[in-house]
Amino acid sequence: MIPLSYFVTLSFLLFTIGVIGVLIRRNILMILMAIELILNAVNINFVAFSRFSQSIDGQVFVFFVMTIAAAEVVVGLAIVIVAFRRRATVNVDEFNLMKW
Amino acid sequence: MAPGLLWLILLSPLIASIIITVLTRKSGRLSALISVGAILLSFFLSLGPLAHILAEPQAPPTEYFWYWLNLPTLQVKMGILIDPLSVVMLLVVTGVGSLIHIYSMGYMKGDPGYSRYFASLSFFTFSMLGIVLSNNFVQTYIFWELVGLSSFLLIGFWFEKPSAADAAKKAFLTTRVGDFGFMIGIVFLYFVVGSFNFSELSASLKQGGFPETLLTVAALLIFTGAVGKSAQFPLHVWLPDAMEGPTPVSALIHAATMVAAGVYLVARSFFLFSAAPDALEAVAYIGGFTAIMAATIAIAQNDIKRIIAYSTLSQLGYMMMGLGVGGYTAGMFHLTMHAFFKALLFLAAGSVIHAVHTQDIWEMGGLSKYLKITSTTFLIGALANAGLFPLSGFWSKDEILVAAYESGHLLLFWVGIVTAFFTALYMFRLFFVVFTGAPRSAEGHGKHEAPHESPPVMTVPLVILAFFSAVAGFAGAPGLEHGFASYVHFGAAGHPAFHFSIAAGSTLVALAGIGVAWAFYSARLFSAERLASRFSFAYRLLQNKYYFDELYFWIIRNIQGGIALFCNWVEEWVVINFFVNGTAALTRWTGGILRLSQTGKLQTYLMMFIIGIIGVVLLLLATFIPSQVVAVR
Repeated sequence: MIPLSYFVTLSFLLFTIGVIGVLIRRNILMILMAIELILNAVNINFVAFSRFSQSIDGQVFVFFVMTIAAAEVVVGLAIVIVAFRRRATVNVDEFNLMKW
Repeated sequence: MAPGLLWLILLSPLIASIIITVLTRKSGRLSALISVGAILLSFFLSLGPLAHILAEPQAPPTEYFWYWLNLPTLQVKMGILIDPLSVVMLLVVTGVGSLIHIYSMGYMKGDPGYSRYFASLSFFTFSMLGIVLSNNFVQTYIFWELVGLSSFLLIGFWFEKPSAADAAKKAFLTTRVGDFGFMIGIVFLYFVVGSFNFSELSASLKQGGFPETLLTVAALLIFTGAVGKSAQFPLHVWLPDAMEGPTPVSALIHAATMVAAGVYLVARSFFLFSAAPDALEAVAYIGGFTAIMAATIAIAQNDIKRIIAYSTLSQLGYMMMGLGVGGYTAGMFHLTMHAFFKALLFLAAGSVIHAVHTQDIWEMGGLSKYLKITSTTFLIGALANAGLFPLSGFWSKDEILVAAYESGHLLLFWVGIVTAFFTALYMFRLFFVVFTGAPRSAEGHGKHEAPHESPPVMTVPLVILAFFSAVAGFAGAPGLEHGFASYVHFGAAGHPAFHFSIAAGSTLVALAGIGVAWAFYSARLFSAERLASRFSFAYRLLQNKYYFDELYFWIIRNIQGGIALFCNWVEEWVVINFFVNGTAALTRWTGGILRLSQTGKLQTYLMMFIIGIIGVVLLLLATFIPSQVVAVR
């Protein structure tokens, strides 16, 4: 049986990749995908702990997270499309209306 | 009597005032009828409580009330208090008021503000009845201010005249000074005794146990309100100026009712003043001083209404003096009699003004030939004011003098005697100059044909008032078992015994005053002008009313003005420039620096967010984990 620490490490790596992706990518679609990576890292953690503690609760949470993630992507992509139509770019550095 | 009818006494003038304002503004005649009808209704309804009191003089006061404020710590009961004192005042206000309303229909005829006049008059009547019927200090204070407001409206009735507008402002502001003290006094009394209600206060004070100093302070503060409203020294300056209003208003507000409200207030809170004898002394001396001061000023004035106004001041001082020396019934008796003869004098003066269109007595003269009814009734009023036997003023003035004498205030007694002399002097100076002799000034009458008597709507009230001025005094005559006093006394003494020597003495003094007036102004045995130029300093002092207006103006301009300038400086530099503008500048400056953090880049925000989270996590690790580790070990 694969030890718990493997899952946690995998989750940690995925999470870090996601965060770094969000921070350094300039393409807004890439940022959205990185956010999905973060969510999936959390999901892996949930499922792993659920399995090792013999409790179904964690897996239930995962379903909620997936549902929310799907909804979030819908809204997020809609915003991206609107933003792209208005500015003709997907580079977040150019969305700087809120700058001082 | 059903409580509903009592409320109707109070409310019918208010309803009339509202109807006139809202509905019948266009029709002056209808408005006047509504207003007169409302006060007549109040008058006839007031006869009910009168009959009740006459039937049972010893019945306890009746009170109807509802809770206006009902908190555990504070209860204010609004309501109506019917006792002999309020019934007397009720009859004076509605009775004399009715006659003045009727008189106004003739006097104000053709004025563009006819409806407005009657609306204000009805509103005034409502406010005044509110004071009279009130059963507690809070309600009294509310109506006290309403009376001040309606007085303001009526003095400034011809507001297009700057002098009238100024007089209205002066009256309002001067009485406000007193009202402020009154308000503090009410609250102060509440904290000392714990009630606003007259009967409760009276009962608590009868039990005693309150520090006299505090009661004296409360009584003096409440007396300030009376000083303002009754135009006592030092707040007397507004009343003569208030003569800018229409003459019936002067008769109603500034002679018969509103200015008497101060006297009524002292009488109403007499339980407080008798518990604080020092305050009562102050009342007596302020009253006495006002009486003699105003009487001397009246000698040197030339405006018919101002002379009567100073006479009012003087008589109000007399009433205060009467109350102050403990003559509770004497003061109230004089108030009632004064309401009759002073309203009569004002209305007769109004009739004169109506006929000759001037107020300067030196432009009148010989008017008794033309104005028979007016001059006869004026003569009765003047005799009553001077206190000649057997007219009403004689009895009431005599009682005050006896009260002063018997309570041992000899100084005040002599002040009263001297004032009686001056009173007779100025009243008959006025009478002789206006009604006897030859027409004096060509312009005075020349513009119009011979002056003609006023219409019956004006002369009938004069005759009725003259009748009461003549005979009402017998209500307090000696030998009557159920005189005025046996009804009005409020646990205080009744009529003092009749002193023949004092009565005779005051009559002689009054006759002497009339004689001097006759010698100077009718027979011309001496020349008033020569006397005036001989004692020009004294004459100028009197003619300029002891320079009170100038003194107050100086105080206002220099002291109050200086304080205002300083406050203005503080406001401009400290409040506005330092605090307000300073706060704005500081905010703008901080904002200018902090806005640099708003890069507009998504990733910068996220970076800060993540750094924040990492910081929090590290902090949690640093604080919680070691202790757990220690616990595990």
